[in-house]
Amino acid sequence: MASQETAPTSPPGASAPDPATPDPARSEHSYVEEARRREVRGKWLLAAPALVVLLAAASGPLLIVLVYSFLTPDPYGGVEWQFSLQGWFQVVFARDIFDETIGLADAHLSIFWRSVQLSFLTTLLTLIFGFPTAYFIATRPQQYRELWLFLITIPFWTNLLIRTFAIMEVIRNEGIINTILMTTGIIEQPIQMLFTDFAILLGMAYVYLPLMVLPLYASMEKLDFRLVEAAYDLYATRFQALRRVIIPAVKPGIVAGAILVFIPSLGAYVTPRVLGGGKHLMLGNLIELQFGQGRNWPLGAALSITLLAIVMVALISYVRNAGRTDAGHG
Amino acid sequence: MAEARTTSRPFSVKRLPGFTTVAIICFVALYAPIITLVVYSFNAGTSVAVWEGFSWRWYAEAWQNEQVQDASIRSVIIASWAALIATTLATMAALATTRTRPYRGLTVIYALINQPLMVPEIVSAVALLIFFAMIKVSTGYSGLGYLIAAHSAFCIPFAYLPIRARLESMDLTLEAAAADLYATPWKAFRRVTLPLLWPGILAGAMLAFVISLDDVVITEFVKSAGQDTLPTYMLGQIRRTLTPEMNAISTVFLGISIGLVTVFFFLNRRRK
Repeated sequence: MASQETAPTSPPGASAPDPATPDPARSEHSYVEEARRREVRGKWLLAAPALVVLLAAASGPLLIVLVYSFLTPDPYGGVEWQFSLQGWFQVVFARDIFDETIGLADAHLSIFWRSVQLSFLTTLLTLIFGFPTAYFIATRPQQYRELWLFLITIPFWTNLLIRTFAIMEVIRNEGIINTILMTTGIIEQPIQMLFTDFAILLGMAYVYLPLMVLPLYASMEKLDFRLVEAAYDLYATRFQALRRVIIPAVKPGIVAGAILVFIPSLGAYVTPRVLGGGKHLMLGNLIELQFGQGRNWPLGAALSITLLAIVMVALISYVRNAGRTDAGHG
Repeated sequence: MAEARTTSRPFSVKRLPGFTTVAIICFVALYAPIITLVVYSFNAGTSVAVWEGFSWRWYAEAWQNEQVQDASIRSVIIASWAALIATTLATMAALATTRTRPYRGLTVIYALINQPLMVPEIVSAVALLIFFAMIKVSTGYSGLGYLIAAHSAFCIPFAYLPIRARLESMDLTLEAAAADLYATPWKAFRRVTLPLLWPGILAGAMLAFVISLDDVVITEFVKSAGQDTLPTYMLGQIRRTLTPEMNAISTVFLGISIGLVTVFFFLNRRRK
């Protein structure tokens, strides 16, 4: 926390006289300093109530999770206050109940793998469908863009659980898709789609699509189409223009969208629970299990910290990359 | 719209083949499941699959279901408190973080405010479960306070964003003029800043309310026995299949959320 501050937003320019410029009234220097110090103190006081609530009900509890991951599980739920690495050990390893040999915890690892895989595929799917959608909105006449954008955000503001229900309605055995396929005679038996990995993937892509479209749109809106025109003047094909001009220009939006979709997918709880039918767990459900039936709070805490760590690595690499892209464009 | 799409224009730099088709598919796919859900909530039969005619039956049943009534009232109480608290605190925080030169600790404030957006919800939920369990043991209190505190915290960033956006686009000279006319800082705030800021505050409060109303995961973990909100009640009810009653509740819920967001959208639009 050095004196150098990198606030995400710069203060509006020309709003206040810049004290860095040579000030003729040098005698007022200490007075200015004092006023400034008072101003900063005032700002902190103003922000304090929000910070207190956030510390008490958001950041503080996270530290407790970290502490709990190093404690001994109480068989009745909760913990015994005794240091143990058991929780962390169990994230990856399992002790065989018969011969006490130590092996990899296949169940955990397969759930990890499924979570990463499904989150990655969700991100990819939302990108494939979200990119043209965002492009479509960004190329509408100015006055209609807001309306199209609004149409994208409506589902986003409606309850996640209800949207998951809606997907369930569509893909279950007696659902719309199977009914249509059966009445048209394409299939004889309903295809089992609900309670599969496919259902979770579809549900997550459906639920998180707006999170991909919004940042994509934000960067596409700023796209300078004269560049695209220049590309065509230089005999670029449509595909070349897309690949060499448009995609590089909107890359920050792609990365932001990918991060915004990947993170909630990885920790998804509701969608896998409803659409996976309790058989196809993801990381979020595994964590819940340890606090519920599993009665292994330290393991649950260790898994939570692991998830958090993955997310933080993703976020930090994003911030780094975003910074570099900005600097590159100078 | 028609003018922009005239086919007489042979080549448009903005056109990319197939993109419009995919976009239309996306919009249809976004709305089709929701519309299906709404349509089937009016189905007369017990089956959720076969259409047996129009009826309000499931709405009536949901309306008379006491658990649904309790959960709905609880949801609204929590969301109102959370929106009120989060918006007040977010307004103060936004005033503290905008229209100022960077100062020591500003990044810390930003990081704290945005924290609920960055930490996966399940992790926050687990953290609050442990934390509140500790408090419950030592104080014995098990009221709605925990849920209100948790909801207020994760609603702060949502209330903060529109308020900050509004503040940043506001003209500083008006306040300077008020000060020139001997208004005290408080007077200038109350008579100049606050009225100008009002749309942002309203938008922030609405978003906070909707976000709180929609929350499933954190509520599911934090709630004590018998403290179901509407979403957690619905999550608990669904085991293997949906009942038409769930469709009816979902539809009403959907209507409220969409209504609020639409009002917000048009209010915002007219003010611009």
